[in-house]
Amino acid sequence: MTNSLLWTPLAFGLVGLLLPRRLTGWWATLGAAVTLGVAVALLAGFDSGTAGLQDAVDTPWIAGLGVDYSLGLDGLNIFLVLLTALLWLGGTAFAALREQQRPHLFFLMLLLAETATLGAFLAQDLLLFVVFFDLMLVPFYFLFGAWGTDRTDGGPTAAAATLKMIVYTLVGSLLMLVAAIATAIIAADGGQISFSIAELARAPIGEGSQRWIFWFFAAAFLVKMPAFLLHGWMPDAYRAAPLPVLAVFSGVLAKVGAYGFLKVVLPLFPDATVQFQEVVLVIALASILYGSAMAFTQTNVRLVGGYSSVAQLGFVTAGIFALRPDGADGAVLQMVNHGLVVAPLFIIVALLAERSGSEDLREMGGMAMRAPVLAALFLIVTLATLAMPGSANFIGEFYILNGLFQEKVVFALVAISGVAMAAFYALRLYQRTMHNRMPEGVESREIGWRDGLVLAPLVACIVALALYPQLVLERTDRSATASVEAVTGSEGREIAANCPAPEHRNGDLILTLCKER
Amino acid sequence: MTFDAPTIDYGALSPVIALTAGLCVVLMSAVIGPLRRSAPVMTMAVLGTTATSLISQWNDPTDLVAGALRLDDLAIAISLMAILAAAFAVLYSLREPAAEQAGSGEYHALLLGSVLGMVLLAQAQNLVSLFVAIETLSIPLYILCATNLRREESLESGLKYLIVGSLGSATLLYGLAFLYGAAGSTDFGTIAAAIGDAGLLGDPLVLIGIALAAVGLAFKTSIAPFHQWTPDVYQGAPTPITAFMAVATKAAAFAVFVRFFDVALLPQADEWQPALAVLAAVSIVVGNVGALGQDSLKRLLGYSGVAQAGYVLGGLVVASEAGVSALVFYLGGYLFMNLAAFAAIVARERETAFGDDIAAVRGLGGERPLLAWPLTIAMLSLAGFPATVGFVGKLYLIEALVEGDYTWLAVFIAVGTMISLAYYLRVVAAMWMRPGGEPAPSAGPAIAGASPEADPVDPEAGRRIYLVGPALLAAAATVFFGVIPQPLVEFAQEAGSSLF
Repeated sequence: MTNSLLWTPLAFGLVGLLLPRRLTGWWATLGAAVTLGVAVALLAGFDSGTAGLQDAVDTPWIAGLGVDYSLGLDGLNIFLVLLTALLWLGGTAFAALREQQRPHLFFLMLLLAETATLGAFLAQDLLLFVVFFDLMLVPFYFLFGAWGTDRTDGGPTAAAATLKMIVYTLVGSLLMLVAAIATAIIAADGGQISFSIAELARAPIGEGSQRWIFWFFAAAFLVKMPAFLLHGWMPDAYRAAPLPVLAVFSGVLAKVGAYGFLKVVLPLFPDATVQFQEVVLVIALASILYGSAMAFTQTNVRLVGGYSSVAQLGFVTAGIFALRPDGADGAVLQMVNHGLVVAPLFIIVALLAERSGSEDLREMGGMAMRAPVLAALFLIVTLATLAMPGSANFIGEFYILNGLFQEKVVFALVAISGVAMAAFYALRLYQRTMHNRMPEGVESREIGWRDGLVLAPLVACIVALALYPQLVLERTDRSATASVEAVTGSEGREIAANCPAPEHRNGDLILTLCKER
Repeated sequence: MTFDAPTIDYGALSPVIALTAGLCVVLMSAVIGPLRRSAPVMTMAVLGTTATSLISQWNDPTDLVAGALRLDDLAIAISLMAILAAAFAVLYSLREPAAEQAGSGEYHALLLGSVLGMVLLAQAQNLVSLFVAIETLSIPLYILCATNLRREESLESGLKYLIVGSLGSATLLYGLAFLYGAAGSTDFGTIAAAIGDAGLLGDPLVLIGIALAAVGLAFKTSIAPFHQWTPDVYQGAPTPITAFMAVATKAAAFAVFVRFFDVALLPQADEWQPALAVLAAVSIVVGNVGALGQDSLKRLLGYSGVAQAGYVLGGLVVASEAGVSALVFYLGGYLFMNLAAFAAIVARERETAFGDDIAAVRGLGGERPLLAWPLTIAMLSLAGFPATVGFVGKLYLIEALVEGDYTWLAVFIAVGTMISLAYYLRVVAAMWMRPGGEPAPSAGPAIAGASPEADPVDPEAGRRIYLVGPALLAAAATVFFGVIPQPLVEFAQEAGSSLF
């Protein structure tokens, strides 16, 4: 099952090369749909009662070097896998609806990217994780560089912007490769080398080594997110990227970084995690503040989305580094939430750009006039982005802040301001595009039924998750807690209960959530 | 003193015999009218015979010629690489102006002579056989570089290679003399014993000898700062010869480098390890930075070869079985990626007026996808992306380095790789990302003012099976061993274990 999940997209992509041009898009969409079907089947068979691996595959890959081909599902990755499959279906279908140059190559790259991303989430071998983590870059390099748009204002061309992105992200991941190998060799201590994450977590390496290795990994993950100070590649790359690709890129790839912290850094380097907790929290808070502030000053619609991602990923990082089970639960939920809102957001941006001929907020407006359905869909996405109470984003942020409050009150107080700012930039985006006076040359046109078929299911998922967030929380909790306990346990601190006592919380919603668990 | 008639192991010597006989036949064919055009076929047959006889002796190490040579798995592995590279070079030389100007028979005989030197060099375990083999390898190459008689750059390249190469050989010979003076023997094993047991450890004579020998070998493997000849020679030489040199010379020179240092000089390892590690680091930085601004693809690959030699040297530095295996693995992978890249360069050189300039591959993705893909895969693999053999090679090297307590050098490899992205991806971007603005240069007449030798000689070169076929084959191997590296890993491990 896991194997077929991983390789289905690539197989479809390769077969698609043999088909006539006009069919490739739909064939790729079919591939993404099949992948989603497999992912849903895996979720249906998922047992939420254990933190261990399910549907695991484990065979030697490069026996001479101790690398295993080892995949598996646990509470941390099951929903990220599902999110990947879902968003790729949306992105692929949206791209298939539009004319693409050299469609064979485009869809092959898109599906190769899906396989690589799924591989990064599924990998249970540290080196296999690094392999897929780096492999993700190749298809996106081509997709951004060859199908991206060159800027007209004299900024870097698509190829240059993409190169910048690749160099930035590979700086992190090459160091991560060295760090991963060092971890395994230090842990093996002259014996048989193994890169199995579970085995490495069982006996963490010495504290001195953990310190530098921690930063090699953290650099890779923070660049990928991107976090404040390491986000230099983001504005140019976001402006260059083709929008259907950007939707999946922004929706999923940033999460790989956050997932890496939970999956690799916390269990493998617990001492360093405790030691550098506050440093990372400061970076996370800086990302929240900087990302939010930038998001409400930018006029390019893509950059509003991009910077809001920086802020949201700041929240996720803060939740993970609260080192509390509820913080980690919230972080995983928030990863899924953010993916679910940001991908539709970029699809909507594409629709708006088609109607206004521009991606600049100053040249948009009034587009809700004759497009009530589009406006309604956009409104739901907007409200979810700003974490309106009742949305799953609200619950995610609540968990994160709750965890942070118990651990670091000051940090939590600062982080809260991010919630308020989110309301500002999300509403600003909505108002400037959909309301206000309609400028010259902008057309208010209803969403077509085919685009609607792509967008509406994604929005429906946002609504569904808002109604039933336990879907994620229940299945995630044990694994997320296990990751955090790997750290807190090692320090001898009292392990926080899965669900803090109800009196710590206010709000009925949360009470019922806890009772059900 | 009794005299025993030497027993000659003809079986184990058969690769050398086959090559020697074959080179005579190919040379003679040039003067026999009916055979004049058959040199490439005969060369391939000789290479095939030699390869078969080598493969049949896998896993059966033998000392030959009174211990002057040793045919073990390392020697066989490296020899096979040299032969494979030569076979590709023969294909790339079909319709090559250089081969026709110099005479096909002579050209191919020289190529075989160089391969003979490489096969000997890979087996050498004696100072004398080492030096003789290195000269057997080099002298035909000096000539081959200059075979494109109508191009001044080619002649310049041959002369430059001759002078610098001789300087390298002289330095090496000087170092070998010092070592002989100190140890009183030319045999690697005896030298090791003399240094280890006889109290020569740290002897100034030995240290000077090691330093000079290292410099000489660094010339041959183009390790910075002894690399200055590399970009010029690579650019000037006929492209098939550049491809052959880039791959085979490097492999053979590293084979003897590793055998000399990791066997004969092993007892002195504490002294030379840090020095060579620094050389490797310098090479990585110099090569990668040097390649950044290059517009000539051959120069670019020359500088990239300097950087890659730095990576490979890391495998030698740690002086462990894992290190040697990593070195062999990397050289094997390097063979495929470079040969894939050079096929595309050869083809574009013949069908466009741009020579080996990066402009020649602009828009290649749309125009000649069957060439663009091998070149793309080669570049991604050289840059070390996953799912290519280049990634596994780096993984192998880094693992060996960290195990051998040279983590800092592993970090250098990572940093060097980052720099290298800028120029490798530039080539990829030229192929796929810039719309071919000007009309396909192969279609139109040569640009006015361009030198006559840049004229397209074969406007259909990009479709020729003898260029596209090998390119696809090499690219397929690059990906195959990146996804399923285990066979190549085992091959490298057996080669590596023959020294320890």
